[in-house]
Amino acid sequence: MLAHFIVALRSAGIPASLTEYLTLLRGMKEGVADYSVDDFYHLSRATLVKDERHLDRFDRVFGEVFKGLEPPEGDLTRTLPEEWLRKLAEKLLTEEEKAAIEAAGGFDKLMEMLKQRLAEQKGRHQGGSKWIGTAGTSPFGAHGYNPEGVRIGQDESRHRRAVKVWDKREFKDLDDDVEIGTRNIKLALRRLRRFARQGAATELDLPDTIRATANNAGSLDLKLVPERHNTVKVLLFLDIGGSMDDHVRICAELFSACRAEFKHLEHFYFHNCPYERLWTNNRRRRESEVSTWEVLRKYGPDYKAIIVGDAAMSPYEVVQPGGSVEHWNEESGQVWLQRILGHFRRSAWLNPMPQPAWDRYHSAVLLRQIMENRMFPLTLGGLDDMTRELSR
Amino acid sequence: MAGFRSTTSYIASRDLEVAVNAAVTLQRPLLVKGEPGTGKTVLAQEVARALGRNLIEWHIKSTTKAQQGLYEYDAVSRLRDGQLGDERVHDIGNYIIRGKLWEAFAADEQQVLLIDEIDKADIEFPNDLLLELDRMQFHVYETRETVVAKHRPIVIITSNNEKELPDAFLRRCFFHYIRFPDRETMERIVQAHFPDIKQELAREALNVFFQVRGVAELKKKPATSELLDWLKLLMIEDLPPEVLRSQDPRTAIPPLYGALLKNEQDVQLFERLAFLSRRQQR
Repeated sequence: MLAHFIVALRSAGIPASLTEYLTLLRGMKEGVADYSVDDFYHLSRATLVKDERHLDRFDRVFGEVFKGLEPPEGDLTRTLPEEWLRKLAEKLLTEEEKAAIEAAGGFDKLMEMLKQRLAEQKGRHQGGSKWIGTAGTSPFGAHGYNPEGVRIGQDESRHRRAVKVWDKREFKDLDDDVEIGTRNIKLALRRLRRFARQGAATELDLPDTIRATANNAGSLDLKLVPERHNTVKVLLFLDIGGSMDDHVRICAELFSACRAEFKHLEHFYFHNCPYERLWTNNRRRRESEVSTWEVLRKYGPDYKAIIVGDAAMSPYEVVQPGGSVEHWNEESGQVWLQRILGHFRRSAWLNPMPQPAWDRYHSAVLLRQIMENRMFPLTLGGLDDMTRELSR
Repeated sequence: MAGFRSTTSYIASRDLEVAVNAAVTLQRPLLVKGEPGTGKTVLAQEVARALGRNLIEWHIKSTTKAQQGLYEYDAVSRLRDGQLGDERVHDIGNYIIRGKLWEAFAADEQQVLLIDEIDKADIEFPNDLLLELDRMQFHVYETRETVVAKHRPIVIITSNNEKELPDAFLRRCFFHYIRFPDRETMERIVQAHFPDIKQELAREALNVFFQVRGVAELKKKPATSELLDWLKLLMIEDLPPEVLRSQDPRTAIPPLYGALLKNEQDVQLFERLAFLSRRQQR
């Protein structure tokens, strides 16, 4: 029965191994779980899950596999926020739908169905939330009844002991499939770190040691070179105020997360294309404005400039003086971009838009030309390529 | 089985207790993750105290090497002794410096070994400790001896998730993720730390605290340790609970906020929120 559990876990994408399974069995034999289902749940979780992102998935699989294991102290249907659902349904259902419910066996039957469907959905959740919520055919979906809102046993459970711990699904926010990119971010962080860590550890300065030892009449005098610190300095230019805000934010967070690894990391914001003014804080745009010239003067050519944006705009915003959508720019975006590129020895453009879509925008093609092809998608591979390009 | 339970000074959830007990019983390392300030490091101290064991702490830095936990061979002082004609030089064992792991292995009774913030170290660090933590033994090449643990220590490893740990390493550990405590647990924690705090003050402070945590845009959300620091300050200053309750928007920033907000952007954010609520009141 437990082997079945392991298989279920593995097929849900939790990398539980044979070793861990054996550990679990040993733990049970040693009496760690002590015949309590909750403890068994805790024990198996500590043994089989090694990553908080998998905790929610584990809860779901556990609930599925050990359905009915719990003594029937609490009726599941009762712990559903039934009152609420009933009211909601009465308010929102049309007469025909109500009739349909009656035909399906009344409200209790409906609840039963819902429970069943939720259970099914647990199994196929990874594919997305399309199950409950597709237009109209399901009585639940019609009122925007999404599984996040339902959480069997959540609301009322606090006061009742009968709830199953795993049904609370407290680790939902940590699951990586829910949000695109969460997992990627971690891997991406690793790549960025590798990029940032270019210093070497403390090392023996051999020539100097020999010289000093000789000076010291042959008794050893060690000379060490101080550890070289991370030398990578980064300027981030972020395109903000458009459809790509989320991605840009992810990107900014990504870099901030490894801020400690960079010697310097500065953010600047622009809209669509950098012009003569940038700003350092998007919320206080007015007050935090800095002139691009000033940025170029302040940060030396050894900074690596990374521009993040979708590069999708009207071509005029790039090539035409006065083409900016927000203000009158004396010089075109192209001129400013080339100034930035000319100043910093290493620069790259990160584009959160999928690469195949780039060619659809004239501006993206243009900018890519200006960047001399150093435009990279915001993917792991893209980050890799960018890193390689920048650290060359 | 003399298990690990919540103590008067450390409130552990049931799942944490089970995880610790499993690690103790099966003699495998326990890996603890969680938000900073939720008591990962303190856990090791409490486990040591609860089980009446000695605690050996090994704090990991970015420059720490796995070898340093086992032993280091001090070739330089041997060379120097050789030049000075010291007798000690003939025994290489004189120059082997024991690391924390060796200390734990050699002790006459079982020890609790804390490997703190393992993710700070180089990415290969956990891999280099695989065999040592699994078999609890290692080989000293210089003296050709194998050090075997007299008593397998209870190993507690904390991680802040800055790096991913290798699968092979994870497979050998138990894992526990310390969740941020809910309000009830938090009340118990506060009670455990400040048994004579005024009830009213504690309640108001917790209200403010969870409000602060509820602001979604905070860069660094205050955690348990920050709350405890703040409460201590509040108690030292002997502020009346009314100050915390006041709905006066001018004081929308909690008093002594320095203990809760650790980032100037967060403070600014709060000032802005205060400003907004002032405007709404007009």
